[in-house]
Parts: sequence; structure tokens; C-alpha cells
Amino acid sequence: MLLALAATALVALALLSDLILPRLEEAWSRHRARRRRAPAFDYDPGRERRAEQRARALLRSCVNEEEWAMYRDLGFIRVWGSQADGPDDAGGTGGAPYAYMIYPHRPILAYLAQTHRLLAEYCVEFLDDTRPYGSARLPDSDDVLAKWMALTGDERRLIASANMHLAGRQLDPAQVTRDLWRLTQWERARMRDAARSQDLPDAAGGEGRGRARRGDRLPRGDGSSGG
Amino acid sequence: MKPGQGEVLIAEGDVERADEEQCLVEEFRRQLDSGLWAAVPVIDVGGRRESRMVRSFEDVPRDADRVIFFPRAAGGR
Repeated sequence: MLLALAATALVALALLSDLILPRLEEAWSRHRARRRRAPAFDYDPGRERRAEQRARALLRSCVNEEEWAMYRDLGFIRVWGSQADGPDDAGGTGGAPYAYMIYPHRPILAYLAQTHRLLAEYCVEFLDDTRPYGSARLPDSDDVLAKWMALTGDERRLIASANMHLAGRQLDPAQVTRDLWRLTQWERARMRDAARSQDLPDAAGGEGRGRARRGDRLPRGDGSSGG
Repeated sequence: MKPGQGEVLIAEGDVERADEEQCLVEEFRRQLDSGLWAAVPVIDVGGRRESRMVRSFEDVPRDADRVIFFPRAAGGR
């Protein structure tokens, strides 16, 4: 009786082995994968800060002085578009000048320069798949520089590489509108500063000194004038 | 440009010296073969800075002081 049961069990096992063995192998590989030590890179804020410092120095050495000051003061860079009818797939600009806003690790935003109408968001990433420290993301300023170089070097190619979305998908239109207003104010303040510095050689005269004083107050005083 | 590192010097040399130029050419090809894009910061006739994307070493201006390699662009989410 016992022998018969054992023989039956053996036959049943043999018949079911096709079903059981793959599951056993899968469970074993899962177990091994759980125990395998993945190369772990702890987040090192010092390393990331040093990388960002180097990236900022590189960015500063490549872009125009105005663009560097814009990034330093406002956190983004504006790059003028160079195509006659605006970026591809954005519906055309009718020849109106347009520009891009470059934020670190955010989509590139295209907008009409005069009306500030938002055209489109271009989602693009520069990921390093070698992940030298576990992450594929470049430092913030390197991401901005990569976008700047790709836009100024080959705008059409970069836009073709990006995923285009309607404005407002990731970047809050209200925030972008505010950033454009900040940019306008910032540019006005720079123009006033430039005019004031030109006036300084004449500072001995009453008129030149007066202009300089007015310029000192304006950056704060006309903040509500819109832009 | 590298994550966690920022700017990394890959190679340097004088293109007027044949042996150093050969090293630069080989390194240039190696970087492009690994999937990176290359760009040269330049100054246009109006004095504005911009970038020139280069796909071969011959595209690099002889007077360029550096070539910057960075990961190629891919559509993001």
C-alpha cells in the first residue's frame, strides 16, 4: 500500500515537474536578487554642491554676461528663437519674435516675446545612463547649459528631440507669467543701471547726480507697473 | 558634464602637434561613440556668445579652446 502511494506520488511529481520547476527557479532567482547587493551610492550633499559649483562656473564661462546675470538673479535663462515661423509644432508665430525660457530640470517653454503668449512646453532630458553616482541627472547648471548649447547650436534638432506639450502641462502658467514679468522688471533695472553708469562721469554736474539718485530708487519703486 | 561631478576634463592637447591632435581626435570619437553630443562655445560676429554643435572633429574650429560633451537630448515626460 505504502509502496503504491509512493509510486503514485513520484509519477504525479514527474508529471507536474513542468509546472513546478519554472516556479521554483523563479522563486530562487527572486531570492538571490533580493540578497544581491546593488551598488549603493549614498546621497552626498557636499559632492552635489561641489558639482553644482563647477557646473555654475562652466555655465558662466559659456553664456553671455546678461544670460549669466539672468540665471543668477532670476533662476532661468531666456534664449531667443531663430526660426522664421516659430518652433515646429507650435502653431506658427506669423513672424513674431519668440523666445525660450530655460529652467533647470524643467521643460523648455516657448513664448511670444511681445505679448508673452505661451506657445508650448518642450520636455527634454539630458540623462547620463552611466550613472556615475547612481543618478542620471546632471547638476542644475549643467542641465541649463546643455539646453542652452543645444538651443543656440541646433534649435531645430533639440526641439525635434523633445516631447511637445501644450503650455501649462508642467509649468504653472501663472508662475511663468510672473517670471516673464520679473524678467521685464529685471531688464528695465539693468537698463537704468547702464544709463546711470554712463551718467556717472558727469556726476559733478547737478543733472547727472540727479539721474543717479532717481535710478537708485526705481528698481523697487516701480514694481507695480507691470510688464 | 557628469552627474555628481559637473565639469570633468577628458583630454587636452595642442592641435598643432600631430601626436596630441591624434589623441584629441581619438578621444573625440570615443565620446561621440558613447552617445554624447559635442558643442563648441563660440562668439559670433556681433560679439554674442552661442554654441556650435559638432559631429566630427573637422567641424571643430582650429582656434577653439574647448569642446564640451554632454548627454544627448531625449524626450522627457
